Amino acid sequence: MEDFLSEFPELSRETLRFIKKGFDASYRAFSREYGDAIEAVFDPVLYFLVWFEKLLQNSPWPIVLICFLAVIYFGSRKISVTIGSLFAFLLIGIFGMWEDTMSTVSIIGVCTMLSIGIGIPVGVLMAKSERAQRICTPILDVMQTMPSFVYLIPVVMLLGIGKIPGLLAVVIYAIPPIIRLTNLGIREVDKEVLEAADAFGANPRQKLFQVQLPLALPTIFAGINQTIMMALAMVVIASMIGVKGLGQPVLKAITNQYFAMGLFNGLAIVALAIIFDRVSQSFGHRIQQHRSGSRE
Amino acid sequence: MSEIKIQIKNLYKIFGKNPKSALEQVKDGVNKDELLEKHNHVLGLKNINLDIKEKSIQVVMGLSGSGKSTLIRHINRLIEPTDGSVVVDSEDVLKMNDENLRNFRRTKTAMVFQRFALLPHKTVLENTMFGLHIQNTDEKEANTRARRWIDRVGLSGYEEKYPQHLSGGMQQRVGLARALTNDGEILLMDEAFSALDPLIRKDMQDILLELQDELHKTVVFITHDLDEALKIGDRIAILKDGIMDQEGIPADILLSPKTQYVKDFVEDVNRARVIKAKHIMSELNGQDRDNAMFVDQDDFIDRFIDKVISDKPSCLIVKNKSNDEIGYLSTKRLSEILKR
Repeated sequence: MEDFLSEFPELSRETLRFIKKGFDASYRAFSREYGDAIEAVFDPVLYFLVWFEKLLQNSPWPIVLICFLAVIYFGSRKISVTIGSLFAFLLIGIFGMWEDTMSTVSIIGVCTMLSIGIGIPVGVLMAKSERAQRICTPILDVMQTMPSFVYLIPVVMLLGIGKIPGLLAVVIYAIPPIIRLTNLGIREVDKEVLEAADAFGANPRQKLFQVQLPLALPTIFAGINQTIMMALAMVVIASMIGVKGLGQPVLKAITNQYFAMGLFNGLAIVALAIIFDRVSQSFGHRIQQHRSGSRE
Repeated sequence: MSEIKIQIKNLYKIFGKNPKSALEQVKDGVNKDELLEKHNHVLGLKNINLDIKEKSIQVVMGLSGSGKSTLIRHINRLIEPTDGSVVVDSEDVLKMNDENLRNFRRTKTAMVFQRFALLPHKTVLENTMFGLHIQNTDEKEANTRARRWIDRVGLSGYEEKYPQHLSGGMQQRVGLARALTNDGEILLMDEAFSALDPLIRKDMQDILLELQDELHKTVVFITHDLDEALKIGDRIAILKDGIMDQEGIPADILLSPKTQYVKDFVEDVNRARVIKAKHIMSELNGQDRDNAMFVDQDDFIDRFIDKVISDKPSCLIVKNKSNDEIGYLSTKRLSEILKR
């Protein structure tokens, strides 16, 4: 009796080992069986990612820089942000991190596109169907709270080390905010406006594209912004499974205690984060211009 | 008389988990409070029968919670009834499938909302074109039609503004223009002017009446304001707790209220402004013409009351449009009407 109270009654070591071994073995069998097929599914994404990375790295740096600044200016319409970005990129280049930064930008770019491409439709589905919301919410909770190392294990077992597993890890971590905020944005659309759309005979597709999505856009944009930030936060972890970029020198710096190296690359990540954030935020504000001024 | 456009028959609406079983209770005579207390269902509408004539303005009046907004939403089926039928142009709205219902809403009806319900991300022009965009109307035609109505409601020059930059009254003009651009025969107005300041409200009422003079739509107008109802309604239905207390022309409701509720409602109304000579005249039986005064059948009492006081006629002879004498009105009767 005393034993029972002081020690939590647990499964015997034998049984536990059996369960874990069985689980691992069946997953290993699964990945041997389907690993190649699943990898083939991601081939197009891989090609695109590689092409994009090469494009950024192999084009002459002044052209890439000018393109970046153009995107930043037309995204934010702010001279201050553009000039700040110019200095940040120049410093990054001077301190020898241009190549790694291009790798990081390419993977963040692809991850963001994937997250938007998957996240918005899933968010719309969740907003339209209570059942989808009930199913997706706990999955999103797991995706956001499960330590990323844990889901790196099966991904690596399945797909090995490389860009695609890294990409998957980043997307899994970064996609929940855009799904959640798309769902929230659509659910928050004024009921009277929806009723008006109904009264004028709008079908579900017209309602979605002409009323719900446009009105939810500011909230969706907050989600995109969050997604980009979280993707950046994952680059160091992703570098552990072979994703090139600013994460790798950081990792090297941690294991070898190179403080300066870690600091420089860390600051480069911070600079990227600030640029992405400012641009996406002011773009988000600009598409809400109807709230403050008339159309230019 | 003119044709009946919308026919509402034995309409019931009960809100709650199991409206069908609650409906039985209501038909067996359970009242609203009891239904809520014992069965946890809310009685929205009870046995509503209403025939709305073509090209007239039918007002539905009641205080909040009387079910008037619920009633108007049955006409374009934004709300499904628990029982009963709604027939528009001899077609049962409740039997339409999704596609037919959408077409019905696109072409036959247009709605104006209490809180405007404009799309904040679209300009005045785009908002006005909304109904036509939904119907996939040719862009150029939509643009011309929308601009014409924007002009008619007095918003020229504001086409490129966003709703947030307009005052409430102007926003509701956009709402009205949006509905008129759709060019449906039926205009549903759900407390359309209730959120506006009194002066602007009066403006909008005048605009509506002026437009109705030339457009002759079938208008269903919801309001909680008796003065508004009397001003614009060809007929008025009074709703209380989901039950229709009385329905008729404004003068009838003023002169012979059927229930205490209606009586309380009409007590303080300035009758001289609502009642026309034809409403209170009696049949001619050889009245003396010598000292008589002649009035038009459609004149409100306040049009001729001053002259009656100064001229002191023996009686008033009522004439119709083609100048025939159709009735008379004694000064005694007139003073009785005004005194009450």
